[in-house]
Amino acid sequence: MSQLILFNVFNGLIVGAFYALMALGLSLILNLSGVINFAHGGFLALGAYIAYTLMPFTGFWGALVVAPVLTAIIGLIVERILIRPLYGRDPLYSLLLTFGLAYVLEDVARAIWGAQSVPFPIPEMLTTPLSKEFFFLTGYRIFMVVLVAGAVAALFLILNRTRLGMRIRAGTSDLETVSTLGVNVRILRNLNFGLGIYLAGLAGVLAAGMLGLEPTIGTSLIMPSFVAIIVGGLGSLPGTLLGGLLIGVASGVTTVFFPSATEAVIYVMMGLVLLIRPRGLLGEEGRLT
Amino acid sequence: MNSTQHDMAFPPPGTPTAVLRRHFPSLVVWALLLAMPYWMGAVGGYTELASRVVIMGLAAMALNFLLGFTGVLSFGHAAYFGLGAYGVAMTIKYLAPSTPLGLLVGLATGTAAAMVIGGLIRKLRGVYFAMVTIAFGQVFYFVVFRWNNVTGGDDGLTGWRRVPLHLGFANVPLEASDKAFYYFALAIFAACVGAMALILRSPFGRTLVAIRENERRARFLGIPVEQHIWLSFVISALFASVAGGLYALLNNFVDPRALRWDMSGNFVIMAVLGGMRSFWGPLIGAAIFVVLQDYVSSQTENWMSFVGAFFVLVVLFFPRGVMGLLRRRVPR
Amino acid sequence: MSNFDPLQRKISRRRLIQAAAATALTGPYVITARGEQPVKMGLDNPLTGTYAALGKNELAGCEYGVEQINKAGGILGRPVQLIVEDSTSGDAGTAVQKARKLIDRDGVEFLLGNINSALALAIADVANEKGKILMVTGGHTDAVTGKTCHWDVFRICNTTQMEANAVAPSLVKNAGKKWYYITPDYAFGHTLQAGLEKAGAKLGVTKIGADLTPLGTTDYSSYLIKAQAANPDVLILLVQGNDMVNCLKQAVQFGLDKKLHIAGAQQELEPLEGLPPEARIGTWVVEWYWNQPGVAGVKEFVEGIKKKTGRVPTARTWFGFASVWACALGANNAKSLDALKIAKALQNYKLPPHVACMPDAPYFRANQNQLIPNLYVGHAQAHGPAGPDDLFHVDEVVKGADIAGTLEESECKMTWPTA
Repeated sequence: MSQLILFNVFNGLIVGAFYALMALGLSLILNLSGVINFAHGGFLALGAYIAYTLMPFTGFWGALVVAPVLTAIIGLIVERILIRPLYGRDPLYSLLLTFGLAYVLEDVARAIWGAQSVPFPIPEMLTTPLSKEFFFLTGYRIFMVVLVAGAVAALFLILNRTRLGMRIRAGTSDLETVSTLGVNVRILRNLNFGLGIYLAGLAGVLAAGMLGLEPTIGTSLIMPSFVAIIVGGLGSLPGTLLGGLLIGVASGVTTVFFPSATEAVIYVMMGLVLLIRPRGLLGEEGRLT
Repeated sequence: MNSTQHDMAFPPPGTPTAVLRRHFPSLVVWALLLAMPYWMGAVGGYTELASRVVIMGLAAMALNFLLGFTGVLSFGHAAYFGLGAYGVAMTIKYLAPSTPLGLLVGLATGTAAAMVIGGLIRKLRGVYFAMVTIAFGQVFYFVVFRWNNVTGGDDGLTGWRRVPLHLGFANVPLEASDKAFYYFALAIFAACVGAMALILRSPFGRTLVAIRENERRARFLGIPVEQHIWLSFVISALFASVAGGLYALLNNFVDPRALRWDMSGNFVIMAVLGGMRSFWGPLIGAAIFVVLQDYVSSQTENWMSFVGAFFVLVVLFFPRGVMGLLRRRVPR
Repeated sequence: MSNFDPLQRKISRRRLIQAAAATALTGPYVITARGEQPVKMGLDNPLTGTYAALGKNELAGCEYGVEQINKAGGILGRPVQLIVEDSTSGDAGTAVQKARKLIDRDGVEFLLGNINSALALAIADVANEKGKILMVTGGHTDAVTGKTCHWDVFRICNTTQMEANAVAPSLVKNAGKKWYYITPDYAFGHTLQAGLEKAGAKLGVTKIGADLTPLGTTDYSSYLIKAQAANPDVLILLVQGNDMVNCLKQAVQFGLDKKLHIAGAQQELEPLEGLPPEARIGTWVVEWYWNQPGVAGVKEFVEGIKKKTGRVPTARTWFGFASVWACALGANNAKSLDALKIAKALQNYKLPPHVACMPDAPYFRANQNQLIPNLYVGHAQAHGPAGPDDLFHVDEVVKGADIAGTLEESECKMTWPTA
C-alpha cells in the first residue's frame, strides 16, 4: 500500500510538472495583460499538430524545437489582431474572445488533421521504462520532467536577468509606471503573449508523445491549469509551479483511496486554499482585485 | 449611471404617452413572446426552440442581475442552473410526481449552494472572482458526474417525465403539448422577470448599481458591499436555478453537462451579446445565440468555427451588445 | 489531411440525394406525383468531440447506403433524403433536442443514432414518445434492446453482453483468469464490464479489481499504477475511441504489455489507426471487418466506400450502411411508412447479403429488435499482410446466435401499442 502511494506521489509529480508547464504560460499572460486565455488548450493542440506535420521532415527533435516557435508566432499574430483591442476593457471581453477562439482552434484542427487521433511516434531511446520496479518512470516522462525543469529555469532566467523579463515583471506589478518610463507596453504585451503561447506549444508537443493526438487534446488540460494558478496564488510564477505539482500529486493519491473523486479533489483543494489563504499559497498580498 | 440605460427597469413618471413610449420596448417584447409559438414556425423554428429561447433567456437575465447590475462576473452559473435541473428531475423521479414541488426543490438546492459558495467568495473581485466561480462550479459538476447511483452519472437522469400541472380548476397537459409547456415556461419566466425588475427598482437594487459604478464610493457611504454582493449572487443564482428546472422539464432529461463551465460561458455570451447594461438585452442575446447555434449546427459540421468566430466578432465589434447598438442608433 | 476525406470538404450537410430519374424508372416502383417528396431519415450522431471520428465513419456509411437505396428505387418509389445533426459526443441534452427537432420540424420518418450509449438511450425515449422508428447505429449498452426496449427502437450493433460472451473464452485461453478492468464511467462501460463478469464467471475468472474512468480521460497513469499493483493476469481495457488510444499508448509505454496481458472486449479500427505500431496489441472482438475474403457483398461495399472516402470501411461505416438499409427494407416490405407496420415487418427479418456483408444472414430478433450478427474475435497487429489498413487479425468468426443468449436473458419485455 505504501508503495502504491509512493508510486502515485512520484507519478503525480510528473503529471503535475506537465500541468505546471501549461499553467505557467497561462499565468504569464494573465499577470501582465489580465487576459484569461481560454484558448490555451487550442494553442496546445496546434503546437502538437504542427509538430506532427513537421515530423516527417525534421524528425522528433527538430519538431520539438520548431513547432513551439511556430505556435508562438501564431500567438503573436493572434495577440496583435484580436487581443490588443481589448486591453483596458473589462477582462470579461478577453475571456469571451478566447472562449470563442478555443472553439475555432479545435474546429480548425479537426478540419485540417481530421477527427481521428493520429499516431505520434517518439524516438526509440525514450520509449523504454528505465527501471523494472518504477515502471512508470519511462524515458519519455523523465525527459519531459527535465524539459519542463529546463523551460522553467530558462523562463525564470529570462524574467530575472534580461531586460524584457524585468520589464514583464515590472509591468505585472505596475503597468502604468512602466509605461510612463518609456517602455512600449504594446510590444511588451505582445512578446509576453508569445512567450506564454510558446509554453503552450511546447506542452503540446510533449503531450502528443504521451496522449492520443486529437483535436480535443487540450480541452481537458485547461481546467487543472486554472486550478494550479489559483492554488499557487495569482501573480506568482513559483506559486503556479507549486500549484501544478500539488494538484498532480493530489489527484494521483486520490486515485488510490477514492477513485471517483480523482477529478473533484483538485477543486476541493482549491476551495480549502481559498478559505484558509485567499491569495493562494505564494500569492502576493493585495492582488485579489 | 445613465438613466436611459434602464428604462425598462426604472420607468420614470410622466404623461400617459410618455409612459407608453417608455414601456414600448417591454410591450413589444411581451407581444413577441406571447405569440412566439405561432411565428417561430414561419422563420424556420419550432415550438421547442421557442421554449428554449425563453428558458435560456431567463438564465442569461438571471446572470445579468449579477453581471450587468452589480458588476460582478460569475463564470460558474451553470452550477446553479444544473442543480435546479437535477432538483426537478430527482424530485419527480424519486419523491413525488409534481412539477411545482420539483421546481421548488430545484430552486432551494441551487439557492442553498449559492449561499454557501457566495459566502466563501464575496470578498474576491474581477478575474479572480470569475476563475473561482468556474472552479467551484466544476466541483458540483464532478459530484454529479461521478455519483452514478443517485444522479445517473454521465448517462444523465432518465426514467422520469414532466407531469401534468394540476391547478385545482384545470389540468395543464404539460406532458402532451409543446405549446402548453411553452406557456407554462413563459408564465414562470414572467414571474421571475417581474420579480427581478421589482428588486432592481427597490433601494437595494439601486445600491447594487451604485456598487457597480464605484465600489469604493459605495463603501465610503457606509454600504456593506460584501453583504450586498453576496445577496445579489444568491438572487441571481436563485433565478438561474429556476431556469435550470425548466430546462430539465423541457428535455424530459438532465445530464451533468448542464453544470459544466462551457454552459456558464454560454450564459455570459448571451448577456454580452444582447447588452448587459440593458434589462432585456440578455433575452435578446439568448434568442440570437440559441437560434444561431440551432441553425448553424444543422447546416455544417464545422459549426464550432462559426459560433466561435461569432463570439470573437461580437467582442470586437459589438461590445455593448444588440441593445447598445440600438441605443446608439436611436438617441432619445 | 482533408484531401483524403472528401466528406470534410462539403459545406452543406443537409442535402438531397436524389434518385437518378433513369434508375428510378427502371426501379420496382412506379413514379407518381408523390414520388417527388423525399422520405427523410435523420441522423443524430456525434460529429465533434471524442467520438467525432467514429461518427464521421457512420455518416459516410449512411450516405453511401442512401445513394445505393436511391439507385435501387428508394423507399416506396420515393427518394431518400438524409438529414444530419451533430449530437455532440456526450451532451445528451443536445442529442435529445436535436432528435425532437428532426422529428418535429424536419418531419423525418426514421431516426438514426447514436454512438454514445447514454445518448442512444436518451433519444430512444424521444423516438418512442413520438412513435417513430429509431435505428440505433452504434450504442452498445444492453438496455437499448433490454430493460428499456421499445417496439420502435431497433439496433444494428451488438449488445455489450454479446460482445462479452463472444470474446471471454478467447481471453481466458490467450491471457488468463485474473482480470483487472479499466472501464469508462457511463452506460456502455458499466454493462460491458457486467457482461464480462457474467461471461467470465462461467469460465472460472476472478475479478481482481476495477476502476471507472470518466469519458475523455487523458492521463491513465495513476489507474495503470494501481492496476499493476493488483498483479492481474489480464488488464481488460474497456475504454473506447480516443480514450482507448490514450490508455493503450500509456500502458505500452510503461511496459505493462511485457508483464501482463493487455486485452479487452470491443476494439475498432479507428483507435488502432491512431496508435503507434508497438501499441497495436491484445485480444479483442470487432463487430465487422473489411478483410473477409470470399464473403458476398463485402468486396462491393469496401470498393464503394473506398471510392467515396479514400479509406476502407470500419465497423462504424458498416453500422451506418446497414442502418439506412434496414429502414428502407423494412418500409418497402411493409409497403408503408407507418412505424408500427415497419416494426412488424422487421421482426425476425434477415438482412440480404449485399447489406449484411457477413456470413450467416444476421436478423432482427423478434420482440427484442436486436440484430443478431456474427462477431470477429482476434488480435490487433502492427502490420497486416493485406496492406496498411489491415491492423486486426480475425482468429475466429463467432456466430451471433450462439452467444446472444435467450430473449428472457435480455430482460426485454416488449409492449406493442394496441392500435
